[in-house]
Amino acid sequence: MTDASISGPAGKPQLKKTSGSLLELDKGTRRRNAAEKRFRIYGMAAVGVGLIFLLVLLFTIVRNGVPAFTQTFIELPVELSEAKLDKSGNRDVEEIKKVTTFGYSGLINDALAASLVNEGITSPFKKASDLNKLVSSSAAAQIRDYVLANPDQIGKTVNFEVLASSRVDGYEKGRVTRVALVNDKNLDAAHLDVADQLKAAGTLKRKFNWAFITGADASESRPEQAGIGVSMLGSLFMMLVVLVLSLPIGVAASVYLEEFAPKNWITDVIEVNISNLAAVPSIVFGILGLAVFIQFIELPQSAPLVGGLVLTLMTLPTIIISTRASLKAVPPSIRDAALGVGASKMQSVFHHVLPLAMPGILTGTILGLAQALGETAPLLLIGMVGYIASNYPDGIASGFLDPNSAMPAQIYEWAKRADPAYYERAWGGIIILLVFLMTMNIIAIILRRRFERRW
Amino acid sequence: MPATWIFLIVLALAAIGYVLGRSRALASASGDSRNLHSLPSYYGSHVALYAAVPSLLLFGLWLIVQPVMIEHHVQKLIPETSYTSQGELNLLMSDVHRIANGLDYAVRNGTLGAQAARDLSTETSDIRAVLANSGVALGSDVSAPTLVAAKEYRALSVTGDSYRAIAVLALALAGLAFAVIKTNRDFRARNAVERVILSLLILAASLAILTTVGIVLSLVFNTIEFFKLYPAMDFFFGTTWSPSFGGGSQLGILPLFWGTFYISLIALAVAVPIGLFAAIYTSEYASPRIRGLAKPMLEILAGIPTIVYGLFALLTVGPSLMAVFGPGTGLGWMQGGTAVMTAGLVMGVMLIPFVSSLSDDIINSVPQSLRDGSLGLGATKSETIKQVVLPAALPGIVGAILLAASRAIGETMIVVLGAGAAARLSMNPFEAMTTVTAKIVSQLTGDADFASPEALVAFALGMTLFVITLCLNIFALWIVRKYREQYE
Repeated sequence: MTDASISGPAGKPQLKKTSGSLLELDKGTRRRNAAEKRFRIYGMAAVGVGLIFLLVLLFTIVRNGVPAFTQTFIELPVELSEAKLDKSGNRDVEEIKKVTTFGYSGLINDALAASLVNEGITSPFKKASDLNKLVSSSAAAQIRDYVLANPDQIGKTVNFEVLASSRVDGYEKGRVTRVALVNDKNLDAAHLDVADQLKAAGTLKRKFNWAFITGADASESRPEQAGIGVSMLGSLFMMLVVLVLSLPIGVAASVYLEEFAPKNWITDVIEVNISNLAAVPSIVFGILGLAVFIQFIELPQSAPLVGGLVLTLMTLPTIIISTRASLKAVPPSIRDAALGVGASKMQSVFHHVLPLAMPGILTGTILGLAQALGETAPLLLIGMVGYIASNYPDGIASGFLDPNSAMPAQIYEWAKRADPAYYERAWGGIIILLVFLMTMNIIAIILRRRFERRW
Repeated sequence: MPATWIFLIVLALAAIGYVLGRSRALASASGDSRNLHSLPSYYGSHVALYAAVPSLLLFGLWLIVQPVMIEHHVQKLIPETSYTSQGELNLLMSDVHRIANGLDYAVRNGTLGAQAARDLSTETSDIRAVLANSGVALGSDVSAPTLVAAKEYRALSVTGDSYRAIAVLALALAGLAFAVIKTNRDFRARNAVERVILSLLILAASLAILTTVGIVLSLVFNTIEFFKLYPAMDFFFGTTWSPSFGGGSQLGILPLFWGTFYISLIALAVAVPIGLFAAIYTSEYASPRIRGLAKPMLEILAGIPTIVYGLFALLTVGPSLMAVFGPGTGLGWMQGGTAVMTAGLVMGVMLIPFVSSLSDDIINSVPQSLRDGSLGLGATKSETIKQVVLPAALPGIVGAILLAASRAIGETMIVVLGAGAAARLSMNPFEAMTTVTAKIVSQLTGDADFASPEALVAFALGMTLFVITLCLNIFALWIVRKYREQYE
């Protein structure tokens, strides 16, 4: 550190004499420079590790989730035999309804066998019903619905695109291997041979699966049929509740605290309260929702209305904090000018300060909504998990009050079902959820860029 | 009259009131708004507010109070001999509700006349069959007192509803008339309106307090209920957690505490060094461009929902840890994919941006003069950071870490999916353990009876969690605030 070669007091080691050249670094300096470099590298490494985690996470999501958007279908010309579906022959829908889906699976087996013969594939199975495992068990219901809607088609041969069973679909996506099928009673390796040949013939195809985005959840044994559409509606209704309640209440509360509140202990209590509520674990809000909304007020379980109320309470602190920041950013000169030309305090706030703070408030609200959209824990407690969202709501009122799931709750539900086909759906659901969150965030950023004012 | 109609009528009254008030004020000023004390619209709003606000408040109150009062009254009609516990009474009451709703439905359907519904009795007809006829299925046969209670329930609801309509509409009309009469050119309408608006603002601000009160009350009542059934000492100091819904459960919180603590510790061990060094790098070393790129990228991690992390732990991190530490490799430390380590690592990743952005703010608020002084004495940049900036920022960083810890303790989805379900006291981080939050979820989901200690324990767990995180937060916020003031 120093070049001065004053001899130290006795007993203290003499400072080593430097080589003399200023151009040459001494040992101490070199050590310190190395330490400096190391420290810097630690910092870079930390940022790098963080970014790597992010990339790994995104990569995992995309790699595991993208297959959920395609699904394997089998093209099947099914002969809607009159003898089986409509014995009396008078096309009475009530009578056709008496044939259950079980009656239709025979048709599918025959159609499968026929299409194998058509393509010149020799079936390794003795019975036609063994082929059944190739197609989803939803196929019978699909054909039955079609017949009930078009009874005049009975007796003709109609081309259907039926879902392949989840194991076949998994094989097409590389999730299921022949080795893994040895202990699987749902499918044999022989089926896969047939599937391969069907694929070569062009009957078995992988297509984009709209039903995953718009469809309803399915029972545990039919992952190939499950979709996230109904729970998306549940999330939508919840977000409507959150928006309608939290924006006005949040803005009103922030306006009061920022512009009108006198400095006294009550205001202090409210402020401390808000900042603490923002850090309360979300599961506690779920307990609140369960105890107050469901046990005490007796609102219906699993209803998006209750979910929305709970999420409102949870996002309010976030919205209040960001709204107050944007109110604070409006310079006092605006208020003074309004007051100076004779506006009342209330007028100055509502006619001038609030409109100027609006872009910031909206940005904060959108970010709060995004947080609420991805929240799962409180929804577990008010019963939005475990409910199979298989029906679309009938209207606005039923959308708010009838049991439904929500996107994150649906993902959790799929993750719990412990079936690789459902895991794939869960990852796919995450992609959809993240797309929503990203859109909301981008809107918030654009709003901020576009309308942000520097005073 | 249905509730929506009342609501809409009140709104319509308010709209009429607006027009009335405005025109009356203008008329009193002979059409010249300059002669008025306030702008004409304030007179209108004044009348509208008087018509709508008190009546809607009464309406809301009525909606909450009426069912509670009817419930209380109807409960007395059920003879005490027909039930032995609160749970049975609840079951009987839900039967009463179902029958009452079923009768309502049948009357609306037209399968049952309104008078016939009132005259039903268990001696003359089979209620179950009558209701099944109109499409309402009942689980069991209806006993006489239940039917009497259900009929009383219906009658009371109908009377209550008609009183409600009369009272709310009368109040709305009275408010409207009162405000209209008060309207004249010298009336200070603006001040009156602003007073009402101000009180609405105060109401909105106090909702935060109401939420806290709601949380505390719902936790406290159920926790007291729980401690009546299960001794508090066994809960706080018990080392076994084995709930069984058949009775005889042991509900000691210690294993859950240990799991929570262990997972949070691992999470912080990941998040604190990475987050802190990232904050140091972005605030002290990085060029504005890299800073502008790296910071938002890291903050994306904070915006990803926790369910995504949970799935990541369950399906990606768990299996990869199994591949390294599992029985297949000879190490054999790990028995299943869900473990303390799995949840801890993933939670650590989640907390990185939390630590980094808070520490970044705090490091940035250390005055530049301190750095300049140290650099001027010949210290290198890293020496300045280690010996000047960090010590100055230390209290704030401690606050940030405490906030991160409270997040880790309260985190639910990652541990529910990634940590396993077994409550045990063990040192091995590769074993499955469980946390307070995960057990709250598992005790409250499913069809548990809410009066049983196995379900009520979730509220006691929630109470403990709430108190711990609250203390951590208050302490951390206090440190951060105190520190910020130091340099301002």
